[in-house]
Order: sequence, then structure tokens, then C-alpha cells
Amino acid sequence: MWAAYNVSDPIYASDGQLLSVKLKKAEAHRRRTAFFLVLPLLLFISLTYLFPIGQLLVQSVDNRELFRFLSHTNEVIHQWDGDQLPDEAVYSAFYKDLSSAVDNKQHGKIATRLNYEKSGFSSLIKKTSRKIKTFAAGNYKIQFIKADKRWGNIEYMLALKKAAVPFHGRKYLTAFDLDQNAAGEIVQIPENRRINITLWLRTIMVALGVTLSCLILSFPIAYMLATMRAKYSNLLMICVLLPFWTSLLVRTSSWMVLLQKQGLINDTLVFLDIVLDENRLALMYNMLGTFIAMTQILLPFMVLPLYSVMKTISPNLMQAATSMGSTPLHAFRRIYLPLTYSGISAGSILVFVLAIGYYITPALVGGAKGALISNRIAYHMNSSLDWALATAMGTVLLATVLCAYWAYNRVVGIDNMRLG
Amino acid sequence: MALPNYTETRYRIWHYTYVFICALIFIFLIAPLFVILPLSFNAEPYIHFSDKMLALNPEGFSLRWYQDMVYGTKNDWSQAMQNSVKIAFFATIGSTVLGTIAALGLSSRYMPYKSLIMSILISPMIVPLIISAAAIFFSEAKLGLSSTFTGVVLAHIILGTPFVVITVTATLSGFDESITRAASSLGSHPANTFFKITMPLIAPGIISGALFAFVTSFDEIVVIMFVGGPDQMTIPWQMWIGLREQLSPTIMAVATCLIVMSTLVLITMELLRRRSQRIRGLAD
Repeated sequence: MWAAYNVSDPIYASDGQLLSVKLKKAEAHRRRTAFFLVLPLLLFISLTYLFPIGQLLVQSVDNRELFRFLSHTNEVIHQWDGDQLPDEAVYSAFYKDLSSAVDNKQHGKIATRLNYEKSGFSSLIKKTSRKIKTFAAGNYKIQFIKADKRWGNIEYMLALKKAAVPFHGRKYLTAFDLDQNAAGEIVQIPENRRINITLWLRTIMVALGVTLSCLILSFPIAYMLATMRAKYSNLLMICVLLPFWTSLLVRTSSWMVLLQKQGLINDTLVFLDIVLDENRLALMYNMLGTFIAMTQILLPFMVLPLYSVMKTISPNLMQAATSMGSTPLHAFRRIYLPLTYSGISAGSILVFVLAIGYYITPALVGGAKGALISNRIAYHMNSSLDWALATAMGTVLLATVLCAYWAYNRVVGIDNMRLG
Repeated sequence: MALPNYTETRYRIWHYTYVFICALIFIFLIAPLFVILPLSFNAEPYIHFSDKMLALNPEGFSLRWYQDMVYGTKNDWSQAMQNSVKIAFFATIGSTVLGTIAALGLSSRYMPYKSLIMSILISPMIVPLIISAAAIFFSEAKLGLSSTFTGVVLAHIILGTPFVVITVTATLSGFDESITRAASSLGSHPANTFFKITMPLIAPGIISGALFAFVTSFDEIVVIMFVGGPDQMTIPWQMWIGLREQLSPTIMAVATCLIVMSTLVLITMELLRRRSQRIRGLAD
């Protein structure tokens, strides 16, 4: 006889434990296993990569080094209202800080740091440092002004007040050619010193332009590859994949060969009498060079996602549309194009993200006129050594990329990311 | 792409225009690479086609730049090649091992916070290289690792792992779990199951991930300029220095060798793809 079975009765496993409990245990075990498999890489990336990036971002607002050097000054200077020259207390505090820095041979750092706040500070500090040993005790204000009359200029003292804080976000203003004037308003710096805003605009323009031209160039060939017989399309796919696998330096140098003043394109144009020998076209060391080279280099990143989407679109759909009286153009616009949107957005975001951070190609092909924001960041890291400004610009760049990446994740999903 | 006989003339014209445009785009993609090949055989020390070359006169061609590349004293390309291969080799091992293990966990149905963790793991691929370079340089400088072989390899492992994670996860997404379950039900130990069943099936994915990691490290230039020192001079770095000075035929010779190398990589990838499809029964 079968015992009557009730759905709500608990089910037991063979060892007498509740089945639901055992299943939960098994699931928890699997979850743990999966997590422990990921853990080594997660820790590795977090410690060696994400943490350093976080530290880098902090550098963009970090002013603690200078703050420590000015340990006496920053206690008194913030009580000063900034209307007239500060009184003796501020000067004597600054004397203490500067003379101890000179003793430790650290005044060069103060000079560099303060020069970011107001140009001219560097020479002022260096000049004063040489004389500071001769200062007598007391009446420092007069002695400072005697050493260099700029110490009587309120603008330098205001800059000193602004600099005496542990953290500040002024590098972000500098990154966009902005500055804070004495009244605390945010203003643009003089036109002849504006360079960053030009570079930001150029970077965005080049990234968008390259994305658009990649899209226009990719669409026909991706369509051709997707609709061809596999025998031929595999062969043509080499044209896309070989550049994809070739070193960036090789591809950049090939564009240098082509675009130079004495390069192949100019040679050909002169040979064909299209251009006179003396006015060869300037194709390189400007934005045009950067644009052409980057388009060719990034083209595979657009073709591949488009191709993989087009491959899944059945040709029957277009045939059905035309058989029901649609013109081919109309059918293409209403049927085919909307089906490729996911590929278009995936490729566009990918190309945009790669283009906006490009460094090597703009530096070699673009020269000074075709440089992008990455080149400027590298310049501040290697040459001007203004790390705070470099990291502030880097943070803005990173934020832009992360926005695009967020969009990519929304549209495509990172789980579906494919390569090659 | 043959057209049926009844095609109207205007569509016929449109079709051939379309094919013509596509041909131009394909040429735009591939031609720049082929410009380099003949120039590397130039007998003269210039980067343009000499009259003798255009006349296909054998005197216009020579192997002197290849000789200069191997035996030349000005730039030590052989040493750079050794450095590149050594760095890429160790970086590949590191990123393949770490990336494959992580991908195994990531493709499990039970993995918690999957997309968050995936975003973290592939961040080195998303973040602009100049930012990665600065961050890695800072942290390695503090640990005394900058300008060391270990430091460079470590940096390249970081950059290579996202590619391994993505390719292996993609391979595993088509993986039939019932095969491993069958193995377990027949009494196989999980480790045994992994090496005997899972591993051979996902091997093409792992190898192509490793290849990606290798090429990433081999081509890498931005990060190594910050992290590396003169003892870690690699091929791309040396090319960068050379290109900033002047385009020389020796660089064309090096570039030709790199193109040959990428052709080999391409062929390997295609063979791997076909093998993977055959194993999984996807071949047409």
C-alpha cells in the first residue's frame, strides 16, 4: 500500500536530513567554490591595480607635502582676512618655515609647489632663500620686503594663503584652463595660456570623428563579409584580422611612411602631377594625420562586433520585405538597420573608449598639432613634473571612459564581450 | 555575390559601385602593412621606392637592413627581441593561470556579484593606458620594483589577464555541464574531472587567451616606458625611440618581421577557432 503523499510534507534525503537543507548546503558550497576560484585574481587586481589607481586619484587633490612645509604659516595665515598686507605674525611664521626648509635643502620643493599657485613664486622663493641667512630676529615683514619687494605685493600673499591647505581641487580648474581669482570667482585664464581646453575639445572631436568614420567604413564591409559565402569571406577576413593582430608600432610606422612630406602619398601625387613638388601636402604632424591613422588602426574593432551581429540576421527578412513590395532601400532602412543597432553601439563605444585614451599614434603621427589629452598627461608626468595636474586630467579622462563603459554594459553587457 | 540574370540595370550599377567601395575600404585596411615589406629590402638608406626598385632591378634590393637588425651595433635589436620574448613569456604564464582559474569561477551559475567582479577584473583593459601606467609606476616605485624585470612582468600580467578572462569565459559559456556531472557520477575526483574532461574541451579557448596575453605584452609600449628601465628595452620601445628620431630602413626590417609574426598568430588563431568548433560540434 502507498502512503498518502502530501505536497507540504517535508522530504528527507537517504541519511535522514531534510532535502531542502542539504540542497541549500550544496548550493552554498558551490557558491564558495566559485568565489574562491575568482579570489586570487580579484585580490591580485585589487592590490596591484585598483588600489594604486585610487592612490593616483587622491594625488590630484593632495597638497599635504606643501602643507607640512608651511606648518607654522598655515596656523596663522587663515586668520588673515586678505584685505591688506598681513601683519608680522604671518611673516614671522613664514620665516620659520622657509628657514627650516632652507636648512633641510627642501626650499626647491616649496618654490615649485608655490609656483603652481602663482607664477613668479619660484624665483621669489629662490631669491629670498639666498638672503634668509642674513635676516635678523624680529621685524620679518620689513626684512622680507627689503629682500624682494614682491613680498609687499598682496597677490603673492593671497596665493600663499590659498596654497596653505592640505587638500584642494584647484588642479581640476587648471585642467580646464580655469582659475580662481582673488574674489573667489571661477574665471578663464588669459587666452594665450589656454591649452588644455583646446586639447580636451580636440580629443573629444577626434574620438567622435574616428568613431563615426569607422562606423561608415565598417558597415559596408561587415555586411559584405556577413553575406558572402564562407569560403570567400574567410579569405577577406584576413584583411581585417591581420591589422588587428599587428603591432601598433608597426601600423603607426607604416602611416608615417605614407603620410610624410617625402612619403609615398605625396610622392605619388607629385609623380601624377596633381601636386607640385614644392607644395607637397602636410598630411602628418597635424590633426589630419592623427585622424587617418587612428581610423585605420581602430577599424577592426568596429568591423568585428558589427560582423558578428550581421551574421545572425537572416537574409530571408530582406527578401520577405522586398517580395512584399518594399524597395531595397526602404527594406534596408526599416528591417536591416534596426537589427544591427546592438552591433553599431557595441563597436562605437569600443572604438570611442580606445580612441579617447590614445597616446602612441598621436605622439608619432600627430606631432604637436595632433596631440591628444593623453599626450598632455604624459607631458605633465615626464617633463613638467606637475603630477597633481596630470592626475587631475587623468581623473577626468577616466570618468569619461567609465561613463562610456557603463553605457557599453547597459547596451551589450560585459558578459557578452567577445574578442577576435 | 553573383547577381541573378533578371537584375535591373540600376541595381546592377549600384551593386558594382558597392563592391568597388568595399574593395577600397579593404585596401585602406591592409595596404599600409604591405607598403612596409618592399621598403625593408631597399638597397639605399632611404624610405622611398628608388627607381631601381620600381624597375624591379635586383640591384635595388638588398638584405643589408636585416643584417643591420641582427648584427648592428647602434641599436641592439637582438637584445630587445630577447627581452620582449622573455617578458611576454612570463607575463603570459602569469595571466593565463590567474585568468583561467578566475574564468572557471566566473562562469559558474552560483557565482555571486558576477557583473561587478567581471567589471573589476577587466578594468585594466578599459582604463586608458596612460592612467594604468602612472598608477602601476607609482605602486611599483614604492615597492622598489620599478626598472626591474619582475616589475615589468607584473605590470604585463595585470594588462593581460582581462583578455584571458574574456576568452576563456566565452569558451566556457558554451560548455555542457552535464559532461562533468557524468564524470562525477561515475566516481571521478573533481581535480581528475578538470584535467581529463574540462581542460581538453576548453583548451582552444585557453590557448587563444594565452595568445592574446602574449601579443598584449609583446606590443605593449606605454606602461613599459614608465615601469621599465634600460635593461628591459623591448622591441616596441626601441621602435618608439627610433621612430621619434627618424624613420630608418632597419625599422622597416623589424616591422616586416613583426608582420610575419602576426601572420603566424592569425593562422594559429584560425586553426584554434576551427578546432574549438569541431570539438563542440558547431562546425558547418
